[in-house]
Amino acid sequence: MSWDWEKLKEQQERRTGGPVPPQMDELMQKFKNFRLPGGPLVLILVVAIILGTSMFYTVAVDEVGVVQRFGKYVRTTQPGLNFKLPAGIETVTKVKVRRVYAEEFGLTTDDQGRVRFGAGDDSASVSIMLTGDLNVALVPWIVQYRINDPYNYLFKVQDVRRLLQDMSEASMRLVVGDRSINEVISKREEIAVEARELLQAELDEAESGINIVTIEMKRTNVPGPVQPSFNEVNQAGQEKERMIYEAREDYNKAIPAARGEAERMIRGAEGYALEVVNQAKGETVRFKAVYQEYAKAKDVTRRRIYLDTLETLLPKLGHKYILDADQKNVLPLLNLGAKPVPLEEVTK
Amino acid sequence: MKTKGIIIAVIVVVGLFLFTAAYVVDETEQVVVTQFGKVVGEPKTEPGLYFKLPVIQQATYFPKNLLQWDGDPGQIPTLDKTYIWVDAFARWKIIDPVKFFQTVNNVVGAQARLDNIIDPAVRNLITENRLIETVRRTNRRLDTFEVGLEEIQKNEPQVSVFMITTGREKITEAIETQAQPKLNQFGIELVDVKLKRINYVEEVRESVYARMIAERKQIAEKFRSEGQGEARKILGQKERDLKEITSEAYRVAQEIKGKADAEATLLYAEAYGVDPDFYSFTKTLETYSQAMDKNSSVVLSTDTEFFKYLKDYRAE
Repeated sequence: MSWDWEKLKEQQERRTGGPVPPQMDELMQKFKNFRLPGGPLVLILVVAIILGTSMFYTVAVDEVGVVQRFGKYVRTTQPGLNFKLPAGIETVTKVKVRRVYAEEFGLTTDDQGRVRFGAGDDSASVSIMLTGDLNVALVPWIVQYRINDPYNYLFKVQDVRRLLQDMSEASMRLVVGDRSINEVISKREEIAVEARELLQAELDEAESGINIVTIEMKRTNVPGPVQPSFNEVNQAGQEKERMIYEAREDYNKAIPAARGEAERMIRGAEGYALEVVNQAKGETVRFKAVYQEYAKAKDVTRRRIYLDTLETLLPKLGHKYILDADQKNVLPLLNLGAKPVPLEEVTK
Repeated sequence: MKTKGIIIAVIVVVGLFLFTAAYVVDETEQVVVTQFGKVVGEPKTEPGLYFKLPVIQQATYFPKNLLQWDGDPGQIPTLDKTYIWVDAFARWKIIDPVKFFQTVNNVVGAQARLDNIIDPAVRNLITENRLIETVRRTNRRLDTFEVGLEEIQKNEPQVSVFMITTGREKITEAIETQAQPKLNQFGIELVDVKLKRINYVEEVRESVYARMIAERKQIAEKFRSEGQGEARKILGQKERDLKEITSEAYRVAQEIKGKADAEATLLYAEAYGVDPDFYSFTKTLETYSQAMDKNSSVVLSTDTEFFKYLKDYRAE
């Protein structure tokens, strides 16, 4: 069957149009002849470098290194260059203990980077809560936390972030559930403080190694459809104040003026009193003085006063008619309706 | 050359043996070693380097730290027939890895068991309690209405509706105690169960909103009428004060005037009483000159004292 082999080889050569590919045994031969340049020294050097790089590590200023030997925690290392046994024996995990992490609840950041209430269903239901008077409130908040115990943080809880998220939702609802809707809206500070205490207690109990720095409450509100009616209450409150102030203004406008007027009346009366009394005093003193003299010569004085008076009086008068005492019946002669002649004309 | 080859071969074999025999238990893990499916020795709960027989023995790893269970949120009616949407979560631990290995085998299987046990417990406790019990924690006094609505609050016996006898914390404790006995067989310890979210379902929410709106409207009306009432009160006070001030002033003025008049009268009486005739004489004369002027015409008789000499130089 040799002709077969020969033929086959010939055919193969014709088909591929080239020489036969190098055989396996040839490759093996080449590999055996291959020698590392520089010999085993280089090999040792390479191994040493690999070991060396896995024996040194740097811990940044805001972190610590947690070293485990065969899975068991052995030490915590401080920032700087540190040494450990090579990979496979000791491993290091770096934990950022000085960084403050933030977790947002019920907030979304929009395109412009501003924080606003989430319109999406999921984040909205994060912030939707039942209050103690069975109303519905929207409560968004931010939890800021730090890792204060790297050992607990790494080893005690499987998913610390998830725990924190769930726990802070549960704690916040526990606090809000014990507040009325009014308190939820107006007493955010109080809620934040209580929620922080509750959450910290839970996290400590779970040995999560997390320390809550702050809980910051964002603007609490009522759901959209209810907002107008809440605004109305605020407005009505303002209106109430306004009405009261207006009434007070009215009062304050009228009363001091009235008091002034009353004062004026009293002062006027006092003036009147002074006037009347002084007049009386003056008149009586004058009367008494005159009388004293009169009493000395009654008749003469009487006549003198009478005549003096007429002397000044008569020239001032208009028409004067002097009748004889015996003459009766003069009335028809008198034109009493005539216009009195002015004094000047008479004197002319 | 031959011995060198043997040494290398021995080292390789021993190294391979050690490599497959050694295993590491991490801080967060615990290991159950089995031999042909049968548990061998105590579970390894302390972290470190351990050895087992290669190939024949197998190490199965279980988490040792706190694990999370998240319930399926669902609609549950409360005792007062309000449908609410409840989302619970729990934290658990594998305290008996051997039992755990034998019964549920892995964490995924455990989640299913936890679903089957905790979910019904949550459902039971929610349906056994009123809604308010699941919401509130304590009976602290709620500031239910705005300031100035104390009267409404007093008139409404509804306030007691917000009082609780158990509260959320006790409910979650009860869920835990109901579920825990069933989990003992799996080597699972339920650390706690919490209610993450409780919300009204969509349909209920609408009517709750309507109620909230009505409540607010009523408060707003109350405010407005309070404002009006207060303003009227002030207005009334103003009127009263005005009257008081003017009348008081009038009274005082009249008193002062009266006193003065009386004093004057006394003075006059004293002075003129000495000779009333002379007073009337002088006063009358004075009055003449004041009462008469150029518009007055007089008809005088020669009988008068003044003109008597006009007729006759002799008097009488």
